[in-house]
Amino acid sequence: MNSQLKWKAVFILIVILLCAFGLFGLPDFPTSWSTLKNNWSQRIHLGLDLRGGSHLVLQVQVQEAIGLHCDQTVDRVTQQLHEKNIAFGEIRRVDDTHILVRNVAVAESGTFRDMVRDQFTEWDFAPAAGENSGYLLTMKPSVVDEIQRETMDQALETINRRINALGLTEPTVAFTGRGKDEILVELPGEGDPTRAKAVIQAGGQLELSRVEDDHTYSSEVEGLAAHGGVLPPGTELVPGKFEGTTGGPANGQVWYLLARSPIVTGQDLRSANPAPSQNYPGQYEVRFSLSTAAASRFGPFTEANIGRKMAIVLDHQVQSAPVINGRIDDSGVIEGNFSQESANDLALVLRAGALPASIKYLEERTVGPSLGADSIRSGVRASIGSLIAVMIFLVFYYRLSGINAVVALLLNLIILLAALAYFGATLTLPGIAGVVLTIGMGVDSNVLVFERIREELRAGKANASAVDVGFDRAFLTIIDTHITTLVSAAFLFLFGTGPVRGFAVTLVIGLLANLFTSIYVSRAIFDWHLTRMDRQAALSI
Amino acid sequence: MEFFRGVNLDWMGKAKFFVALSLTLLLIGGISIYREKGLRYGIDFKGGTDVYVGFAGPPPIDQLRQGLTAQGLGDSQIQTISESGNSGAHDVVIALERTEEGDQALDAGKQAILTALQKTLGTGGASGLPDFNSISTLALADSLTRKDPLGLGPVGGPRYTQLAKNLTDSRDKDHGGILTSFDELNNVDGADTRVLTSLRDSFSLGSFTIRNVEIVGPKVGAQLRRQAIYATLYALAGMLVYIAFRFEWVYGAAAVVAVFHDVLITLGFFSLFHYEISLTVIAALLTLVGYSMNDTIVIFDRVRENLRLMRREPLAVIVNRSINQTLSRTILTSGLTFITVLVLFLMGGRVLRSFSFAMVVGVVVGTYSSFGIAAPIVVVWHKFRGERPPAGSGSAAEKRLAAAGRR
Repeated sequence: MNSQLKWKAVFILIVILLCAFGLFGLPDFPTSWSTLKNNWSQRIHLGLDLRGGSHLVLQVQVQEAIGLHCDQTVDRVTQQLHEKNIAFGEIRRVDDTHILVRNVAVAESGTFRDMVRDQFTEWDFAPAAGENSGYLLTMKPSVVDEIQRETMDQALETINRRINALGLTEPTVAFTGRGKDEILVELPGEGDPTRAKAVIQAGGQLELSRVEDDHTYSSEVEGLAAHGGVLPPGTELVPGKFEGTTGGPANGQVWYLLARSPIVTGQDLRSANPAPSQNYPGQYEVRFSLSTAAASRFGPFTEANIGRKMAIVLDHQVQSAPVINGRIDDSGVIEGNFSQESANDLALVLRAGALPASIKYLEERTVGPSLGADSIRSGVRASIGSLIAVMIFLVFYYRLSGINAVVALLLNLIILLAALAYFGATLTLPGIAGVVLTIGMGVDSNVLVFERIREELRAGKANASAVDVGFDRAFLTIIDTHITTLVSAAFLFLFGTGPVRGFAVTLVIGLLANLFTSIYVSRAIFDWHLTRMDRQAALSI
Repeated sequence: MEFFRGVNLDWMGKAKFFVALSLTLLLIGGISIYREKGLRYGIDFKGGTDVYVGFAGPPPIDQLRQGLTAQGLGDSQIQTISESGNSGAHDVVIALERTEEGDQALDAGKQAILTALQKTLGTGGASGLPDFNSISTLALADSLTRKDPLGLGPVGGPRYTQLAKNLTDSRDKDHGGILTSFDELNNVDGADTRVLTSLRDSFSLGSFTIRNVEIVGPKVGAQLRRQAIYATLYALAGMLVYIAFRFEWVYGAAAVVAVFHDVLITLGFFSLFHYEISLTVIAALLTLVGYSMNDTIVIFDRVRENLRLMRREPLAVIVNRSINQTLSRTILTSGLTFITVLVLFLMGGRVLRSFSFAMVVGVVVGTYSSFGIAAPIVVVWHKFRGERPPAGSGSAAEKRLAAAGRR
């Protein structure tokens, strides 16, 4: 064998060994079939459609965060207007990104404009059209983008923490890349995502506020009316569940008048844990403790308000409003008819932190374990079936050269699987279809070469020359055909998600590996065969 | 062994028949689409809820329908799916459409369907025991650890977790997700009589299992539809550019027309055979686009080579020769690819069914469109571009060749 051929053989052998290592790892000898199988199944990462599990796409309502920022700005502008004694008619939020200030005292317009320019740099402002001395503040687009990005980042982090706290195997939480406000959550093995969905979606906003008025009202309107149409400054009406045993409004909802600024929020928590309820046996409660900084506020507050009620507000719903019996420094309890699981989940959510905006589910796909097992079985059967069919045909049609093609094909598949393992790519059911397609389309390269060789042999060329010309002429066509399929696969990868992406990945890797096996390896085998056979003998093709 | 030796057919002469065949197929497909009032979009593009339910025996359709109507889901559709070989022999899909974006939770439909199923088929039924066929591995491990049939005490956790996994694996992989009797678990590693008795006491066996659920919101559906169309158009444009660059622009145009024709015929067949168009079907269509281009490129490659070798011949003859020369390769490759996708169609399971159908139809149509549509387009174009002399006469033929050979 000439030396070039020898090096080719060594190279091919190294490739095979690398693949075997990628697929099976370094086994200790002696090793059993089941150990190999185990290693192999650990290294190939299966997609949800083969493993079973849930796939969720959710949308973060970023507009809420933007609107919140707008509201906070309205408050701050109002405060500034009062401090600087600028008379004005009305200030209100027009929509998420616009604030209208009407009837600013003409004499003070200059001061007003200066104030806005200096203190509210995130806003553009201009005289409002159609208004006498009115101004329209518009949130700068760059600020809107920044709020959007921050909200998404915080939402992602919070959801990540919550999912991890649930203790599920290998969850995925990531941006979908499809919309600016979409997050993808994948939970392998979770056939029923109901609990996970509830945990993800829970707002988790905890606020402790003083109850300003001992009365509860059966509707917001009634509460407003009881105060002459205008709530006392610094208060707001918040709904909650009716707690009594008799009477009460039909929908079970009552309204409390609370201080608008909470004394303690969820961010001040140091820990939260579920425990059996002390007051209501059979139920559970969530006990929390506060950070030192918060405790230094909470202690004096409770001491100063003994005898008054304090509302525990969760996601803008009053959970309970116990009476403050004595000074409490740094702990509290949330009660409310919780089961062990719901107390667990609430504690989890509080520890992970509140979501910056609410969540809406856009897509939910779950695959049960029996279907997953079925899919693997069908996929493997189809792959082996098509492989055998193709192999039989190749050997019959091309005789010894057919065996050459079979070897190239098998090596192609081995490289494909090993590449999947090395890249940590996910194998999905369409991915298995991609493997089957690689078998079918990959053979094309060999066919192109062999047919050309046959033509050249028919035209009278010698074996070596025919093989040379065959590979040469077919090379460009092989490249051309691979490029077109690769272009399609590239678009599929860009546009697709999950299973479709898995298909694109296997197809691309399969075709690239095919270039190697059908051109380099097949050629090497031919060359080796040519050196060994009699020059005058007919090439078995 | 060799199939095609010395073939010498007049492909371009028969071009009329190919075009007629194509038009017929397009017409049939078009009529079918018209009668179905558009393409059958699957849930990926339409939005809605699909719940696939498996049964151990023939599914009680009427009971199901009653139960669904009682839950207010009277407009749901129930369809049986049969699968042989795997555990899907008695599967059913319950489909709900969803047109508007309400305040309703995304999975309201699914929850309603599940409630209907449980009420109708009475999981737990009289005994009120939880359903073993629907329980997850974790929950089963929890239950076993609490009941502790093997008397392992508090350290039994890991063993019970493994046992739970073995039990659910056996249920899902060996028995298609539905057990009709706990005796079917006799062979499971670690499941002795104490365990089985404990299971019998703690669980009932429901008659159905949820195979999978797909819920897509309507806005997402529209978004995915748009993306699918863009992806296809971009891919076609990309290939047009690539081929125009490698050959002449008219070759690129001819190839794109051929591929477009392939996609349309495939869609027509989908409508004809009542298959739904899902995301994986779009993947199949895009793959077809690439595959059909391949075939066309192989022929064009040979045409280009022959143009250099056979300078005196008219283009039609050259194209004929090229097709004949590559016929072997074309039939073989399509044949082999066809065999592989046919195996996929027959043995690949329910989930891949529409994908493999698209591939089966596409491979056949894609191959035929290379010599039936793309090649004739090139020939006809050059015939009209060049002067109008009879074939084979000197100077005009040379002009045509020069025009065709120019790159």
